[in-house]
Amino acid sequence: MQYDYRSDFPIFGNNPLVYIDNAATAQKPEAVIDAVADFYERHNANPLRGLYSLSVDATEELESARAAVCGFIGASSPDEIVFTRNTTESINLVAYSYGLSNLHAGDEVVVSITEHHSNLLPWQFVCKKTGATLKFIECEPDGSIDLDKVEKLIYDRTALVAVAQVSNVLGRENPVGQIAKLAHRVGAVMVVDGAQSTPHMHVDVGSIDADFFAFSGHKMYGPMGIGVLYAKRRLLDLMPPFLFGGEMIDSVKRDSAVFSEPPHKFEAGTVNVAGAVGLHAAIDYVSSVGFETIGKRELEVSSYAMTGMLGMKHVHVVGSHDPAEHNGIITFTVDDVHPHDVSEILAADNVAVRAGHHCAQPLHEYLGLRSTVRASFAFYNTIADADKFLESLSTVRERMGYGN
Amino acid sequence: METKNFYNEMLTEHNMHPEYKHALEDSDIVLDGVNPSCGDEIKLCLKVSGDVITDGAFVGDGCAVSQASTDIMLGMIIGKKKDDALAMADKFMRMIRGKATGEEIESLEEASALRDVAHMPARAKCALLGWRTLSEALGADPNAKI
Repeated sequence: MQYDYRSDFPIFGNNPLVYIDNAATAQKPEAVIDAVADFYERHNANPLRGLYSLSVDATEELESARAAVCGFIGASSPDEIVFTRNTTESINLVAYSYGLSNLHAGDEVVVSITEHHSNLLPWQFVCKKTGATLKFIECEPDGSIDLDKVEKLIYDRTALVAVAQVSNVLGRENPVGQIAKLAHRVGAVMVVDGAQSTPHMHVDVGSIDADFFAFSGHKMYGPMGIGVLYAKRRLLDLMPPFLFGGEMIDSVKRDSAVFSEPPHKFEAGTVNVAGAVGLHAAIDYVSSVGFETIGKRELEVSSYAMTGMLGMKHVHVVGSHDPAEHNGIITFTVDDVHPHDVSEILAADNVAVRAGHHCAQPLHEYLGLRSTVRASFAFYNTIADADKFLESLSTVRERMGYGN
Repeated sequence: METKNFYNEMLTEHNMHPEYKHALEDSDIVLDGVNPSCGDEIKLCLKVSGDVITDGAFVGDGCAVSQASTDIMLGMIIGKKKDDALAMADKFMRMIRGKATGEEIESLEEASALRDVAHMPARAKCALLGWRTLSEALGADPNAKI
């Protein structure tokens, strides 16, 4: 009998819920919930400023979380870890701070057509403001990226390349390390959206050679409202602050200020320390389960689910039909039935999935799809979960009045 | 099961075999209705003579709730006075917000098939799309009641 990881997650309790919307947000293990509660019960104070022991405590908790994140993604120093609210804020930080001050008319920004809006709209904004041009890497029908095409797109005018490590719709891992090489060859910086990769795989920002790497705590079993921006120290040193205010200065005069060193220069206002503490606990939890186990379990359950789905003639899986290329994320359509109706019927059977465009409208348009349904599996999902999902899915057309 | 009841025959029939989902030549009023968050969209076409809606149709793409609701609506308002159609829209919107009396819901006839949406906040905008577009097409403030 395999260990039932669901028992680590209080939300499941005796709840019959089949939660396969993990790409939207993951559930939280007891260890994370307890860590957040423990911070507020025993260590809460505003960090960095108070000289009393509780504030020193809170500061230590924050900095220890920073060190844990540094180790988790293979950064070379905790100074390269900036706490934000989420991936979106992390990428906006890069766009406003690095983008607006380093991009110019004539420069080009390259993104992939598979990007989540949060790794697209900030670059649309920067391009409009600076006069730079936005270029798209178009994926192949199975969602893969052809590096030869990328190589042609990245040349001396390219100033910044922004690509997700794992697509939130296709689940496919993109060759971000190789794309970073192409970017660096022409002197461009590489921004990697790690929101969907960090829950599934060991990330090493050093071996990717990412200049910027963003991810959210909540998708990898941590609390909502805490995110991370990794950036190479040399870039952080050159970048202007993103937000201005408290806890990010060394000294302030009436008409000027000296800002703190990174990372604090980019953490204006009181940081979400409880969130950082929860993220620290999530990193410890994920490490104790291990990515080998996580990957193995996710592949087992999502392979089982995909095999069942591919056997239904009116169900169509988007992207590759090899479950190993999906990181647990399976996006699909059902003939004649709108994705919102599919998810409504699954919901009535206690199966939670997402329907819509998943914040990736250009990708849907490119693939000729209006909207889709997405089932996304985590390591705590079981074959029994997949069975309930498949059983409900197999009844959808009939319940909408169509034949099987 | 809740959803089994929710997607009742009335709803699935109007979704699969809509009576009014087609182009309408020489329309007097044409208005697009969109739910940006979920992508449901319709183009509502009406023919009006004086105070009376003499014909209507729609084309669109969206979930069963948005498409069936619009089809049911057209069946109810064609041949009616504009003011009566607006009063029906008002009643329908109140039903979806859970604010209509049993009697009012009964009076909505086929549209009462969507009464369960009152317990499904995520689908309210789907059910309301056609009716909101109608109110706007007839000159009422479509957001006043929502």
